[in-house]
Parts: sequence; structure tokens; C-alpha cells
Amino acid sequence: MENLELIIDALPYLLEGTLVTIQLTFWSLLIGIVVGLPVAFAQVYGNKVLQGIVAVYERLARSIPLLVMLLLINYGLPRLGLRIPIFTAAVIGIGLRSAAYQSQIYRGAIQSVGGSQMKAARSLGMGKLKAFFYIIAPQAIRIAIPPVANESAIVLKDTSLAFTIGVVELLRQGEYFIATSNEPMVIYLTIAAIYFILTTIVNGGLSLFEKKYQIPGIGIEGGHSDAY
Amino acid sequence: MLEIFMEYYPLFLSGLGVTVFVTLISCSLGTVLGTFLALGKIYGNKLVSAVVRTIISIIRGTPLLVQLFIIYYGLPSWGINMDPITAAIISFIINSGVYQAEYLRGSIQSISGSQLKAAQSIGMTKWQGIRHIVLPQAFRRVIPSWTNEFIYMIKYSSLAYVIGARELMTEGKLIASRNYQFFDVYLVVALIYLIVIIFFVAIFNRIEKKVTIP
Amino acid sequence: MPTKHLLKIEDLHHSFGEEEVLKGISFSLDKGETKVIVGPSGTGKSTILNNIIRLVPPKKGKIYLEDTEITSAKKINEIRQQIGFVFQDFGLFNHLTAKGNIMIGLTKVKKMNKKEAEDLALLELDRVGLKEYADSYPSQLSGGQKQRVGIARALAMQPKLILFDEPTSSLDPELTGEVLKVMRNLAEEGMTMLVVTHEMGFARSVADELIFMEAGKIVEQGNPEKLFTDPDHQRTREFLFQLTDLYGEGEN
Repeated sequence: MENLELIIDALPYLLEGTLVTIQLTFWSLLIGIVVGLPVAFAQVYGNKVLQGIVAVYERLARSIPLLVMLLLINYGLPRLGLRIPIFTAAVIGIGLRSAAYQSQIYRGAIQSVGGSQMKAARSLGMGKLKAFFYIIAPQAIRIAIPPVANESAIVLKDTSLAFTIGVVELLRQGEYFIATSNEPMVIYLTIAAIYFILTTIVNGGLSLFEKKYQIPGIGIEGGHSDAY
Repeated sequence: MLEIFMEYYPLFLSGLGVTVFVTLISCSLGTVLGTFLALGKIYGNKLVSAVVRTIISIIRGTPLLVQLFIIYYGLPSWGINMDPITAAIISFIINSGVYQAEYLRGSIQSISGSQLKAAQSIGMTKWQGIRHIVLPQAFRRVIPSWTNEFIYMIKYSSLAYVIGARELMTEGKLIASRNYQFFDVYLVVALIYLIVIIFFVAIFNRIEKKVTIP
Repeated sequence: MPTKHLLKIEDLHHSFGEEEVLKGISFSLDKGETKVIVGPSGTGKSTILNNIIRLVPPKKGKIYLEDTEITSAKKINEIRQQIGFVFQDFGLFNHLTAKGNIMIGLTKVKKMNKKEAEDLALLELDRVGLKEYADSYPSQLSGGQKQRVGIARALAMQPKLILFDEPTSSLDPELTGEVLKVMRNLAEEGMTMLVVTHEMGFARSVADELIFMEAGKIVEQGNPEKLFTDPDHQRTREFLFQLTDLYGEGEN
């Protein structure tokens, strides 16, 4: 099988790219959480001004294609005098997109736990913060797990767009190898298989976690991130 | 920025036209494909159901960009060549069809049980029941997912840029490589996407209100 | 084996997995007759009805509709057209109006033209007292109204008999009367009916024959008055008294 040999030759390069893909995914998701959570709080508990600002951010992040965002960051930041590595640019772009979707997930989760739970907690004499940490958060986190798993898989797949601004991740490594081997189909299929394994792990891992902490009656279908 | 748009608006607009066209075709044919996949998964025999399941999980588990590359750069290795637009549309149809299949499946299954039984009780065949009773309800129920899918596709059709299909994003790149104002040109592109998406969201909200069953 | 009965059931068996729910049921139904099946929950009453039109295919036994053995008949959809079915949960098509619910079987199954189907639909709706609700969607109707549409839908197919699967069990008590009244009228008009219900008042006053079932078997069947006042089996007496206590005389 010469295809097999080809794959074996390509594998070290592809795995190197895979590592970058995983790093991109990790940092982007982290930005998504770090930005997404406060945004969700602002939406739920913030005043009108804060809610307005957050709404504009969401609208932008949900309407402008990730590809365009990445190019804007890549060409725009240097204009502001910020020279950043393309890896960072990619993480910022993917992360900020994800933050908008994650905030929606967290907001939905917090709201679906509901005001009556907050009231009940307050009736026991808990302060707002205590009520949030002991009553709202434990329930909201469980509700948020399935959609967050779905979003993680989306981010993982979206990191392939970092290719377009030159980050040497899995897809770009594949391109390099194709340039020398001239066997695009075999390499692309291998790349697809690697992505498939990665998304399966992401979904599987989180669904294990989900099962462990499940509250009966909660769960959603993973789809494309809801776009608006 | 406005100057850039005024100078190149025929190019921007033709790109936008292609973007909307590609999205419309992909989502609509995606619905057709998705319907067959969903029906195959639910009502098909073990083999059909397993094949559909596999297709769905493979497409869902891999990036659209990779799917696009496989179709545009990979298929020629097997002697199948096509122009960038066709390659883009085909990969979008497959991708969208698979996601729509999942939306539809959920919706069909939530309707199927008792409604299909009622249909059969008045003498309908299973297929008649699916066609006249289950699917009309399922389609209505997935309209919100469908419009989401449409918005998603407008944005992700920009990926066709990497294979040079001349939609909005590609036109932007071509303009930028002429005047070297990359940032400003892409900002115009971003604004056009923003406006178009706000426009479609508004339209869809209206349609949804109209077709809702009381 | 040809019979003179409209519906004849011979030694019907059914099981779900390991659990045997029907252990040899036999009875028959003549034209114009109303029979009511009563018995505790989970004794397979509804399964019999589902077996008859093969929404749940029976495991063993034979069922005849007039001269045709329908347990293995190929054209089950033609048989289902001849046997109406009224569901406990109404089974209305949620995307269609009351009128549409009745018309769809006529146009798609009986291939009637639209105008004719509409006329017939309105006629049947009138028969159940719902003419003015023709354009309402199921979600806009009360439970009792939904069930009357369900009955009208079954009637419109002009069936030889109608099976009622606990038609009032999903209804609030104050809504059962309107449905039972429609059923009583049908019985008086000579419709052949097989009814599974807990409504003892209806059973007693409308049924030509009462069938008491328990644990997958017929314990006793006969004239309702006899079963209520002087049953052969102690178990029948206990059950009927208990139910009458629980549900009262229903519509009265």
C-alpha cells in the first residue's frame, strides 16, 4: 500500500500540526469562557448601558464571518501599532467569536434556573452572591454542559480557519506535505480523520462528564451554533 | 471606507449576489438532502440507518474547510474536476444537509409516534402518513433551525474564498490586492455581512410569525 | 372460516417482551351492536383494539371482518379504512384544522375530490355539534371538542364499525359528558361500536353487552344489567362496584 506509506511519512508533520490545533482550541475556548462569562452576567444582572454594549458586541460577533474577523485582526492590529504573532491573532478572533456564543449559553443556563430559585435562596437569608454560587451556579453549569460540548467541537473545527492567516496548524501542515508529495486526497482524508478523532474525543469526554453530573431531564441536540 | 465602497461597489455587489445565491442553493438543496437523511435514519432498515448515521457523524466531526478542500483539491486525484463555485456549493449542500438532517430528525421523532399511528388508523400507508402528516409538521417546527442554518451559511460561505470562488469575501480580497488597503476593504466586507444578516434575520422573524400553527 | 358476524375474534394472544398481556381472547360483534370492554388498567383492553387494526400486530389468533381474515390480510390499509379508531389522546393532526383533519383521510386515502370532502367534513362536524369550529386548530379546542373531532374523523371514513380506546380518559370530568352523548347517539343510530372505557354509566345504559376482562382474559361477558346486578363471578361484582363508586354513573 503506497498510500499507507505516504500517510506514515506525513504523520509526524500532521501530528505537529495537530498539536498546534489543540493549542488553538484550548486558548480560544479559554478566551471564550473568560470573556463569555462576564458578558453573560452583564446580560442577566447588568444595567441598561452594560446590556446595550454587550448586545452590540454579540450582534457583531454573530454576524461577521470568522474568516473576515481573522483577517481584520491580522491587518487591523498592526495598524494600531500592535504587532502580535499570527497564532495570537487567531486565538483572539476564534476566542471572541466563541465568547459571544458561550455567553448566550451561560445566559440561557442562568435564566433557565430561574428567578424563583434565587428568591427561594434569598428567603433562607443567603446574600445574592451566596445564592448565585450555591444555588444558581451548580444548576446552571449542568444545563450548560451539553451546549458547551457542542461549542467546543465547533471551536475545534473553526481553528482550521487559522490556516487562512498563515498559522501552521493541522491543515497548513497538510498543505506543506501536499506541496511535496502531490497527493492531496490521501492527505486531506487523513487530516479529516484526525479532526474526526479529536471532535469525537471532545464530545465523548464532555458527555462522560455530563453523565456523571446529570440532572434528569436536561439535554439538547448539538447543531451548528445558533446563529442569531 | 465609503470611498472604497463607492469606487468598487459593482464588485462588492456582485460578490454579495454570489454569496446569497450560493447560500440559498446550499440551504435549499441541503433541506432536500437532509430530509432524505433524516427519513433514512429514522425509518430506514438497519443498513440504511447505519450508513446515514456514519455519514452524519463524519461530516459533523470534520471542519467545513477540510470538506471543501477534499472536494476541490482532493477529488481531481480521482479524476473529478469542477470549478470553485460548484465545489463550494456541493460541499455546502453536504454540510448543511447533514446538520439539517439532525434538526429534522429531532423534530420528526417528536411528532412521529402518535401522529403516525393516527394517520394509519384512517387507512394511510406509512409513507402517506409521513408525507401528509409528519413532514408538514416537522418542517414547520424546524423553521427556526433552518433560518439559523441560513445565517450560518451566509457567514461560512466566505470559506469559498480559499478556493477562489468569487463570492463577497473573494471580491474583497481581489479589491484589496489592487489598492493594498486590506484592513479598510475587509471592514467594508464585514459591514456588508452585518447588514445582510440583520436584514435576513428581520425577514425570517416575520416569516416565522406567519407560518406558526396556533 | 366465514362467519355471519361483523367482527369476530378468535383466541387472540399478545405479549410485550416476556409479559403476556392477552391470553386467548374470543368474542364477536354483530352489525349495529355496541360492546363495552371494562377491566383494570394493564389487562390488555387497548391492546385488543390495537391488534384489530394491526397498529400493534397480534402475536397469535385470528380476527375476521365479515368474511375476511384480517390478521394476515395484505391490504391492511384498506381494512383500516373500514374500521374507525378513536384514540385516548385524540390523535388529531396538529397542523390541520378540525375540517382539515377530517378531509385529509378522504382526499389522500379515499381519493375524494376536495369539494366533496369538505362537504362531508362539515356534515360530520355538524353531527358532533362542532360545525362552527371547522377552521379551528386542535390547540384551540377543548379536550372534549378535540375528541368529538376525532369521532367525526372516524365517521367520515364511513367505517363498518368504530373502536373507541378510552375516549374520555384524557378529559376533565366536566368534559366527558359531551363526548359520551355523541357516542350514545351513534349507538342509537345503529353504528357498530367496540368501546374500552371506565365510564360505568355509559356501559350500563348503552352497551348491548359488557365484557369484563382481567389479566389478559375475559372473566365474564353478557347483558350489562346482569353483570351489574347478578354477576356469575365474585370478581366481576367487586370490580364493577368499585368502579361505580370511583367514577359514579358518568354522564348522568
